[in-house]
Amino acid sequence: MTTALRASAAPSTASGIGPQLKDAGLAALVAAVLLAPILGMETTPGPDGRLTLAFHFDLVAIGVVLVFLGRLALALFLRGRPPVRAREGGAVSAFVSRNAAWFGLAGLAFAIALPLLPFSSRYVIDVATTVVIYVMLGWGLNIVVGLAGLLDLGYVAFYAVGAYSYALFAQWFGFGFWMCLPIAGLLAATAGVLLGFPVLRLRGDYLAIVTLGFGEIIRLVLVNWYEVTGGPNGIADIPRPSFFGFPFTRNPAEGETAFHQLFGLEFSTLHRVIFLYYLALALALVTNLFVLRIRKLPIGRAWEALREDEIACKALGINPTNTKLTAFALGAMFGGFAGSFFATRQGFISPESFTFIESAIILAIVVLGGMGSQIGVVLAATVIVLLPELSRELETYRMLFFGAAMVLIMIWRPRGLLAHREPTLRLGTATGATSLSARGGGP
Amino acid sequence: MAYFIQQLINGVALGMVYGLIAIGYSMVYGIIGMINFAHGEIYMIGAFVSIIAFTLLGMLGISWAPLALLLVLLVAIAITALYGWTVERIAYRPLRGSFRLAPLISAIGMSIFLQTYVQVTQGAKIKPLQPVVTGGFTFEDASGFTITISWIQILIAVLTLVLMAGFTWVITSTPLGRAQRACEQDLKMAALCGVDVDRTISLTFVIGAALAAVAGLMATLYYGVIDFFIGFLAGVKAFTAAVLGGIGSIPGAMLGGLVLGLAEAFWSGYFSIEYKDVAAFTILVVVLIFLPTGILGRPEVEKV
Repeated sequence: MTTALRASAAPSTASGIGPQLKDAGLAALVAAVLLAPILGMETTPGPDGRLTLAFHFDLVAIGVVLVFLGRLALALFLRGRPPVRAREGGAVSAFVSRNAAWFGLAGLAFAIALPLLPFSSRYVIDVATTVVIYVMLGWGLNIVVGLAGLLDLGYVAFYAVGAYSYALFAQWFGFGFWMCLPIAGLLAATAGVLLGFPVLRLRGDYLAIVTLGFGEIIRLVLVNWYEVTGGPNGIADIPRPSFFGFPFTRNPAEGETAFHQLFGLEFSTLHRVIFLYYLALALALVTNLFVLRIRKLPIGRAWEALREDEIACKALGINPTNTKLTAFALGAMFGGFAGSFFATRQGFISPESFTFIESAIILAIVVLGGMGSQIGVVLAATVIVLLPELSRELETYRMLFFGAAMVLIMIWRPRGLLAHREPTLRLGTATGATSLSARGGGP
Repeated sequence: MAYFIQQLINGVALGMVYGLIAIGYSMVYGIIGMINFAHGEIYMIGAFVSIIAFTLLGMLGISWAPLALLLVLLVAIAITALYGWTVERIAYRPLRGSFRLAPLISAIGMSIFLQTYVQVTQGAKIKPLQPVVTGGFTFEDASGFTITISWIQILIAVLTLVLMAGFTWVITSTPLGRAQRACEQDLKMAALCGVDVDRTISLTFVIGAALAAVAGLMATLYYGVIDFFIGFLAGVKAFTAAVLGGIGSIPGAMLGGLVLGLAEAFWSGYFSIEYKDVAAFTILVVVLIFLPTGILGRPEVEKV
C-alpha cells in the first residue's frame, strides 16, 4: 500500500491524476486475478460427493472496485507527502513515554475502579479480565523479547505448562489455587530452562523456529498423552478459586462459609467474576512491578546490553548463555502464572487454547506495543483483545480483520504503537541511539 | 526389507514436497534475512487454486489427465506467484529497512489473513479431489510383500528434479540469478552496483511462490484432500527443512526436505504416527545443537 509512496511521491507535484489512475487500474487488475479463483469460485460438494463450483463473480467485481477506489484514494491522499519511514517515533509516543508514570497511575486507577463503574456489566468485566491476562502475558514475554531481545514464538507452551500443572495438581492431589500458583510458575520456569539450555546458543532466527517447534511439541504431547492430559478433550471441572478459603457458592458445604455469607451480601454470581478480575489485576501488577525493578538490577541491565550488542557484552565479561537463560526462565515463569490463572478462570482447559496463534497474538502485543515499553503492552493488549470483540457480530470475519490490522499497524508504525525507546542509562548528553545495525537493508 | 523400501519411497516423495516449499523460505531468508511466515499459506493457496482449477476443467469437460495436469500446473503457478508478489508488495516492502521483527509480525498477520480469507471464501470443510492420476508400479518380493510406486510419486520426483535443474540454471547462469546472488551477499552494495534490488526481491518471492504452488498441486494429488489449515504445519516443517539444510542454501533446502520427509516416513512406519510431528521438531533441535549452521550452511562469521 505505502509502496505507492515511492511511485507517486517522486514525480510529486506533477498535476493531473493520470499516473494515479493507471496505478489504481493495475491494482484493480491484480485484484481481479487474485480474487477470481479463490473468492469467485467456491468449491462445494455436489450431490455425488464430487466438488462443483459455485460462482460469485459479483463479489469479485465489488472487491475489484473497492481495490481500485481505495488505491486511488490512497495515492491521491499520499501525493506529495514525505515517505512513511520519516514518521517513526512521533511526538505522541514521546509524550507518553516521558509521562509514563502518570499514564500508568491513571490506567491503574481506571483498572481498579472498573468493576464499580456504572457501565460495568458481567460482559465488560469478563472482557477486561481477558485484557488483563494478555497484559500479563505481554509483560512476561516482554522480558524475553523486549528486554533480552530473544525472539520466542512458542511462549504459549509455558502458558500451557502453567495451566496443566494447576489442573493436574488440583485434580490428583487436591491442591488449591494458591498452592498451585508457585508450583505452576516453577514448572514453567523449569521448562524454560530445559528448552533454553541447549538452544540459547543459537542465532536469533533459529531460536525463533526452535521455540515455535517446542510450542508445537508441547501441544502435540497434550493432544496425544491421553492418560494424563485427557487428550483433545482436555480437563474439565478444575476447581475455581476461593476467596482465601471462602468459596463463591450459593450453598457452601457443611462447615464452610461462603463469600457472600462472610460479608453479609446477597449471593451473586458476579462476585466471582469481579474477584477473578481483581486476581488477574493483582497478578499482572506483580509482574509489572517485578519487571520494573529487575530492569534496574545488574541482570536487567545485562539483558538490555545483550539485546543491543552481544559481542560487546562478552567482552565485558557477561555470560550470554546464563543471562539469556534467566530471561527465558523468568519470562516462562510469568507465563506459567498466567496459565494457572487461565485454568482456574475457565474451569476447563484443552490443547485448543494453546495453539500457535495464541503465541502469535502475545508476540504481536509485545511488538505492536513497542518492544520494551510496559505501557505499550497495555495499549496493544487492549487493542488486540477489543478489535475482535468489536466485530463479534461478524464472527467469521474476526480473524480476517485481525490479520489485516496486524499488517496495517506494522506498516503504519513499524516500531510499535508506543515506540519511543529511551536508554535506561545515559552518559553525559549522549542521546539514545537505537541499534543502527537493524536499520540496514534496502536502498 | 520391502517395508523399509516402501517407507523410503514414501519419504522421498514427501521430502520433495517439503523441499520445494523450503526453497522459498531459504531464498527469501538468504536475501532479506526474514522468515516469510506467510509462505506456508502461499502453498495452501497453491493447493486451493489447483483444486479449483481441476474442478473447473472437470465442469468444462476436459478430462484427459496429462492435459488437465498441465493446464492446472500453469494456472496454479501463475495465480499463486501473483499472490506471492502481492504479499511482498503489501506486507513486506514498506517495512524494508525497518527493524528486524517488524516484517516478521507483518508476515504473521498476513498468514492469519490469508488463512482466514480462504476459510471464509471456500468454507472450513475438507475438500476432496477425485483421483486424477491413479495406479503405479507394484513389485513383489520373495516374502510376498508388495512395494508400490504410484504414478503420483513418480510425477512428484520427475517434476521436482526438472524444477530443481531449471532453478539451478536460473541461479547460476542468468542475469536474475546473478542479481539474486549479489543481493544475498550485500543488499546495499548490490544496489550501488546497479542491481534493481526491489525487482530482484519481488522476483524471488514470485519464484518461491511458484515452487510452493507446484508443491501445493502435488500435495493435493498425493493426499487427495486439502483444507484451509494445511499451510501452517507444512510451512513450519518446510522452514525446519530449510534450517536443517542450512538456510540460504538452495541444495541445502532440498536436502533438508528429503531428510525431514524420510525421518517422518520412517517414524510413522516404525514408531507412532501420532508423534511424527514431534519427531520432526526434535530432529530440528538436535541438528541445530550439533550443526548450528545446518547441513550445507556456511558458518556465520560474527563481526563487530
